[in-house]
Amino acid sequence: MIPEVLTFGRNGFADELLRGTLVTLYIAVAAFLLGLALGLLGATAKLYGGIVSRFVANIYTTVIRSIPELVLILFLFFAGTRGISTLSELVGFGPVNVNGTLAAILVLGFVQGAYSTEILRGAILAIPVGQIEAAKAYGMSTFQTFSRIIFPAMLPNAIPSLSNLWLEAIKSTSLIMVTGASAELGGIARSAASFTKRYFMFYFVALLIYLALTLVSNIFLQRLERYVRRGQPKLA
Amino acid sequence: MDWSWLPKYLPMLPGAIFVTLQLVVFTMVFGLLLAIPLALVQVTGPKWLARIARGYCTFMRGTPLLIQLYLFYYGLGAIFASYPELRQSFFWPILREGYYYAIVAFALNEAGYLGEVLRGAFLSVPKGELEAARAYGMSPFKVLSRVWLPRALRNALPALGGETILTLKATPLAALVTVTDIFSVADKVRQETYIIYPPLIMVMVVYMILTFIITRIFNYYEKQIPVRR
Repeated sequence: MIPEVLTFGRNGFADELLRGTLVTLYIAVAAFLLGLALGLLGATAKLYGGIVSRFVANIYTTVIRSIPELVLILFLFFAGTRGISTLSELVGFGPVNVNGTLAAILVLGFVQGAYSTEILRGAILAIPVGQIEAAKAYGMSTFQTFSRIIFPAMLPNAIPSLSNLWLEAIKSTSLIMVTGASAELGGIARSAASFTKRYFMFYFVALLIYLALTLVSNIFLQRLERYVRRGQPKLA
Repeated sequence: MDWSWLPKYLPMLPGAIFVTLQLVVFTMVFGLLLAIPLALVQVTGPKWLARIARGYCTFMRGTPLLIQLYLFYYGLGAIFASYPELRQSFFWPILREGYYYAIVAFALNEAGYLGEVLRGAFLSVPKGELEAARAYGMSPFKVLSRVWLPRALRNALPALGGETILTLKATPLAALVTVTDIFSVADKVRQETYIIYPPLIMVMVVYMILTFIITRIFNYYEKQIPVRR
């Protein structure tokens, strides 16, 4: 028997929760991809960059990874939204209200970038040097070496950690609700809970939805790992 | 940057750091105590118990800590508050305090992660050592307390250091349920003076220093372990 507050329609919150789940997924996917892009940039900077880019990348990963996510998110959220608004004022568009979802993606992506930098750096370092040397000896350009050798050879090393990072991305979307600016699952659960005064039920339902998201992700991630590891000896 | 608030609010910091450290220590200690049985039953226990322990770890690791904390503080808190007998009882001052909810929620969550860490650590202890212990006539409990657990904890030390830092980084969530930890200082400054960035920067620096110190402590103990190279 489902209580009325969990049904679809006017008196229930099921449709709101469903929309919140979609927003959470959307934020997590976008932030994860942004983090991957930043991570690729950061890893290249750390491994092949000059002194300046190496230094910047080192500061980025050290600082971001040693500060609690909640504090970072609040800081970047305030700083970021105000920064973008000031920027648009300077350019002459007048102050803009940065959309909460977009701000969440940018902030979480920036944080995720630091972790993926380290993961990708480690994964690239784990490739036997001989393979990269062989690619160069064949006369491959830097881009060809990367796309044909480094990238596919790095994936099996990176996927397990990246899977954890993806799960972390889903879970850290819930931190966005402290900024009070987003309609993701956690925020929806909180408003539904305080509206109906049924705190335990709504937070529990939210937890179950998060659990479903991570369990389903796990299935796909295991398949992906098996795919990128094809042709390699089994791990012990 | 307006740092005029600093003299007034800086005296709050030592106490706040102490609260945060308490949260970290209690979370790790209780988490570890819970994680030992969770890991043990997964390694040696009957299948149904192993399944339950595994499910527990999956649940704790697969859902956000913030919502778990809210489930305890607001969810259970509201349920407790609906019993008048409980409100008049001697426990009520404890049941009202965010601090205890935070420790319980953090420890239960951390137990899920540590259970997974220890499961691997228990499996990594060479079988021969356990057989030797049994051959000496040690009872199963003695095998655990003298050989299996100490060896497993040593193997898990690097992972435990990582988990401690993750716990430190999770503690600011407690400020959301009225605990006066480090992060709450920045919150208080913001609420009372409307100054946002400088206090947050101060808090970030404090967390960075704590992270550094914890890393150092664990590195020290890792070096104490004799290894043959």
